[in-house]
Amino acid sequence: MFAMFDYEFMRNAFAAATIVALVAGSIGYFLVLRGETFAGHALSHVGFPGATGAVLIGISPFVGLTVFTALAGIGISLIGERGQRDVAIGLVLTLSLGLGLLFLHFYTSYAGMATNLLFGNVLGISRQTVWVLLVMAAVTLIVLGAISRPLLFASLQPELAEAKGVPIGPLSTAFMIVVALATSLAIQIVGVLLVFALMVAPAATSLRLTRHFALGIALSVGLAVSIVWMSLTLAYVTDWPTSFWITALGSAFYALSRLADVFKTLRVAKLARTGPLEKIA
Amino acid sequence: MSAIDFEDVSIALGGRRILSGVSFSIEQGHFVGVLGPNGAGKTTLFRTILGLLTATSGKISVLGSPPARGNAAIGYIPQWRHTAAQLNFTGFELLLSAYAGNRWGLPIASQQDRKAVEAALERVGGRELAGRALTELSGGERQRLFIAQALVGEPKLLLFDEPLISLDPAHQRSIVELVRDISRERNIAVLFSAHEVNPLLGAVDEVLYLGQGKAAIGTVDEVVNERVLSALYDTRVHVIRTEGRIFVVAEGGEVDDHLHDHAVTGHATMQGR
Repeated sequence: MFAMFDYEFMRNAFAAATIVALVAGSIGYFLVLRGETFAGHALSHVGFPGATGAVLIGISPFVGLTVFTALAGIGISLIGERGQRDVAIGLVLTLSLGLGLLFLHFYTSYAGMATNLLFGNVLGISRQTVWVLLVMAAVTLIVLGAISRPLLFASLQPELAEAKGVPIGPLSTAFMIVVALATSLAIQIVGVLLVFALMVAPAATSLRLTRHFALGIALSVGLAVSIVWMSLTLAYVTDWPTSFWITALGSAFYALSRLADVFKTLRVAKLARTGPLEKIA
Repeated sequence: MSAIDFEDVSIALGGRRILSGVSFSIEQGHFVGVLGPNGAGKTTLFRTILGLLTATSGKISVLGSPPARGNAAIGYIPQWRHTAAQLNFTGFELLLSAYAGNRWGLPIASQQDRKAVEAALERVGGRELAGRALTELSGGERQRLFIAQALVGEPKLLLFDEPLISLDPAHQRSIVELVRDISRERNIAVLFSAHEVNPLLGAVDEVLYLGQGKAAIGTVDEVVNERVLSALYDTRVHVIRTEGRIFVVAEGGEVDDHLHDHAVTGHATMQGR
């Protein structure tokens, strides 16, 4: 099995996937905590016309998708919690895919690009891209680190945080830009449509299983990294797409964490029947 | 210096007048019940004191200075929003995240932060509670935790917005007594909003009744009577005192919706006993 590291593209894939998993696991944790997973999902879709449009006018698709997701992130944070945010986000999401389709229609010479953008192509990542990912990941994590304390406070108790002088609005805009950067990184691995699996599944699993913040982030990152490593290995062995394995393992971990919850509830219910009843208040 | 001074203050919210020309003053060390129907402006009053809303006219002084956002001398419990209750975090973790949560950087608690949180938990008898997940706590236990949270950092003024909501009478009583004791031993003013006056009887120094944009302040006997409340609500209000409890009932037929709620709440509690 270690023979897979003999291939340059496998080494690049492991490096890129690890870098992205570190970012996705930690950003995703806050995304789930803030109940903004749908916004994150939509952001990645905006990357699609960004990338295809960029190719159309002759610049790097990576630049196009990063700029588009960042702008969309600012837009979403400006809509804020106002009414029908879900509808607005949903419409932007579908419009984005539509626009992406239109751009592809004009640019017919590269048929494989659509699939790569939509579902990812981790095995096609070059050494140079790995370096770009590394720098962007570092920037993303540094910004997240700088805002993480007030972000955690504002995510858990927004009314109190506001009263204590936390700048709620600018903070959520900064976070959405960070999410946009993380999304364009994740798109390199799993594509526009499957970002949810890498950003949300490990974080949501971790939030169900842990009660401490630091432990929660560590588990989320650990799960994300394990999932991409296992997925690359399974892809090497089975020759099935890596992105499929990432979605399958992500969902499996999340399902297991819910199952753990069910068992816990059953145990508590049994205790309540047999043991001394806890004070009801 | 009084803890809070309102001089002819008017506050509007989204074009609607909440307070018009209200004046009152609250002394340091006083435990004050803030009462009035839903929509009377209890939360608006708190948000103004916190510097989150600006009065349209009048002069406000909070601990000797104008209201300013992020005033570290104020301990605050916002009205319960359920969001944090669904989280798996422990109470200790929640309190740590809030303490110094307005500083930038990584949320890593120093030894000093932990000590401050532990001291506050100790005061409310909540050390054991803080180790459990928020989802596993009852309403009363959670409220105890939030009181501890408000106490972290030695505040000089406490604003508690409806901390009794959805608690049973016994737990309401224990929360009220805890807050009264804290107010006395630390000589800090507490504004404590509630839906009805009964859980506060015998504990509060004063009540501040809000209604129709106006306010009435004084001891329970001075304010909760037919003359003052009828004037406040512009309708004939009956105040019935029985077995040490007070029921505020508006004249039949002409009952304003909110006031009606208020009367019904009093009634339901009586039957609960």
